[in-house]
Amino acid sequence: MTDNRFFDEMLDGAGGARAPYSDYADWFSGEDPKSLLKKSSEAEAFFRRIGITFNVYGQSEADERLIPFDIVPRIIAAQEWRTLERGIEQRVRAINAFLADIYHRQEILKAGRIPAEIIQNNEAFLPQMVGVAPPGGVYTHIVGTDLVRTGENEFYVLEDNCRTPSGVSYMLENRETMLQMFPELFTRMRVKPVSSYPAELRRSLSEAAPPNFNEGKPSLAVLTPGIHNSAYFEHSFLADQMGAELVEASDLRIVDGRVAMRTIRGYKPLDVIYRRVDDDYLDPLNFNPTSLLGVPGIMDVYRAGNITIANAPGTGIADDKALYSYMPDIVQFYTGEKAILQNVPTWRCSEPDSLKYVLDNLAELVVKEVHGSGGYGMLVGPAASKKELSEFEAKLRAKPGNYIAQPTLALSTVPIMTQKGLAPRHVDLRPFVLVSPKSVYITAGGLTRVALKEGSLVVNSSQGGGTKDTWVLGD
Amino acid sequence: MPMLGKTAGGLFWMFRYLERSENTARLLDTGFRIALTGSESAEVEWESIITTAGVRELYLEKYDTFEQGHVINFLLRDKDNPSSVMSVIEMARSNARMVRTALSSEVWEATNESWMTLKSQLARPVSVKNLADVLTSVRQHSSLVRGALHGTMLRNEIFDFARIGTFVERADNTARILDVKYYVLLPSAAFVGSSMDNAQWETILRSVSAFRSFRWLNEAETTPRAIAAFLILDKRMPRSLAFCYSKIVGNLSYLAQNHVGDLPSLELARKTYDRLDNRDIDRVFDEGLHEFLEASIASTARLAGQIQEDFRFYG
Repeated sequence: MTDNRFFDEMLDGAGGARAPYSDYADWFSGEDPKSLLKKSSEAEAFFRRIGITFNVYGQSEADERLIPFDIVPRIIAAQEWRTLERGIEQRVRAINAFLADIYHRQEILKAGRIPAEIIQNNEAFLPQMVGVAPPGGVYTHIVGTDLVRTGENEFYVLEDNCRTPSGVSYMLENRETMLQMFPELFTRMRVKPVSSYPAELRRSLSEAAPPNFNEGKPSLAVLTPGIHNSAYFEHSFLADQMGAELVEASDLRIVDGRVAMRTIRGYKPLDVIYRRVDDDYLDPLNFNPTSLLGVPGIMDVYRAGNITIANAPGTGIADDKALYSYMPDIVQFYTGEKAILQNVPTWRCSEPDSLKYVLDNLAELVVKEVHGSGGYGMLVGPAASKKELSEFEAKLRAKPGNYIAQPTLALSTVPIMTQKGLAPRHVDLRPFVLVSPKSVYITAGGLTRVALKEGSLVVNSSQGGGTKDTWVLGD
Repeated sequence: MPMLGKTAGGLFWMFRYLERSENTARLLDTGFRIALTGSESAEVEWESIITTAGVRELYLEKYDTFEQGHVINFLLRDKDNPSSVMSVIEMARSNARMVRTALSSEVWEATNESWMTLKSQLARPVSVKNLADVLTSVRQHSSLVRGALHGTMLRNEIFDFARIGTFVERADNTARILDVKYYVLLPSAAFVGSSMDNAQWETILRSVSAFRSFRWLNEAETTPRAIAAFLILDKRMPRSLAFCYSKIVGNLSYLAQNHVGDLPSLELARKTYDRLDNRDIDRVFDEGLHEFLEASIASTARLAGQIQEDFRFYG
């Protein structure tokens, strides 16, 4: 069953289980596949009953879908994880230093490590944030670092999601589901827990509250676009789990220089807003005058240092795909160390030589739009038809600066449970990182996304991907 | 921290809608019973059910006659009818999603499960053959959510808004049922003791699930006067106006304890309650039953508006 082109995380070339999976493989061989498949459908009913659903953009709003869940865990050894943790922390610290710099002195531009036009002509760079000091100095309080694996010790960072990364509720619910379905496995194997994430989130956000108001308990709210948003389940889940209010912009107003929410007894001030809305919908006065959404004047309160907005507006510049290829330099520049985690080699199509290479090798490459996300506007060369390739070629020639290209990575596989037994599928990993003025916290594991279609390399839930529980083993 | 005005509004409406689903199911059950007897008045009965549900104009935009199949499906599953069982279950769940952080997981799951089950049961037109099953399912799911509410929720302000929503809807519903049929309760010599009267009285009692309890309490006296007294003034009867208003006053009083300043909604509720408390039914008849009920419906609507304003549901 193993395909030599891809690294199978569970099975080695000879079909034996690799070390982190050996206990699991022992257990699995004693299980009846039929009853495992039955558990798999029970898991689906469970998810639907508690309403862990997402709405798919472009489909009718009534259409709530489940992200398919696979019952085979993805297992990572303690040693492997330690390296990843160090690399993630280094990268996230560098990103925060970069954001502080880019919105203040711009030393990195002066030093010539990044071309200035890439910042100046970038929509993700918010001029309104220039010179603004976020409370506690933190820009990206919550980061989802997308990692992929191509070999035994080969990990790459695919994306640094610094705006409003989602998926952590699936990580938590996946674990709950596994604990309920396979309690015996957790007694056999030492799996690091993930359940403290909501408490850590609360702590981390509270530590970043504005100092003047941080007497005792700062008041926290999660800001959601509302029940029709694709990630609404997660917004309400997190608010509930960390004991914060769940608010929409229409619940908020500026009162006496503070952001306040409308309660049954009038307006009460807030200290920290974990916003799950885009920059454009934060403040119609400051960002998007044509929008009726948002809280007029919230940016003025922010500039005055009287509210924490997590993540800060304008953090998108750090995970913009046009900046991605400079990440190793960014890490080096701010930490003085070599980047622990590798970047995927990237061609910037704005550069003529690179564009030529990309056009000549289109069928082998993955091409991404610099402002795209969620797997939209992306070309996977080896999987594309002739027609798709020629359409994309035209797009590239028309606006080369809008694209970057990368080699098609041989993403590792982890087996999923199918009607015919275990079958390898490609995966990625999104650990969640919390940054406060005092510390960096990284979830043990994160969300593993899996491309359920045989051979597919696209793991996005909007494109038919599923999820797995991710286990980091104890020492 | 006091709860968000939006959350209070979401709770209030979630439970109004759940109550409405149950009330509509009960009305349909009553109509169905009369249709089963093969009575010639069936169509008249279906018409009065449409009127009681407050959707007469909407219905007439679609249909000219009050044919059983049309009425049943209009009230159970028509998307054009915002008060159809499916519409209100959708709205209840939508509100529940909005206020999910205020609900116990049991209440949320019961609501979500109700929605999932009814959505599949009401995906296709309902025929007379499966009507009874569907109506049972609606009532059972409503009970499931109510049971989860009572068994798992803290008795705090969240609970108060849930209960106020329930009783505002119920008071409105009971007053409507009586008002549509008030003429059969008037002491008019021509009808007294006729079989038609008995059937009508039974219909009224069944549409508030009070047929047996009324018999049990009033064995000797099945008169319009006793029925009206039971449904309007009897505080033992959980769907009577007096019962609903005593609950509304109670829950609003809890909310008032933390409220600074006047609470106009509580004053309004007290005023209506005073008209029901220790009242003699003869005085209601003297005043005019229809006029009394009309005034009740209007003051319940006014109260709902005042609650919305007092607790800043929308602004």
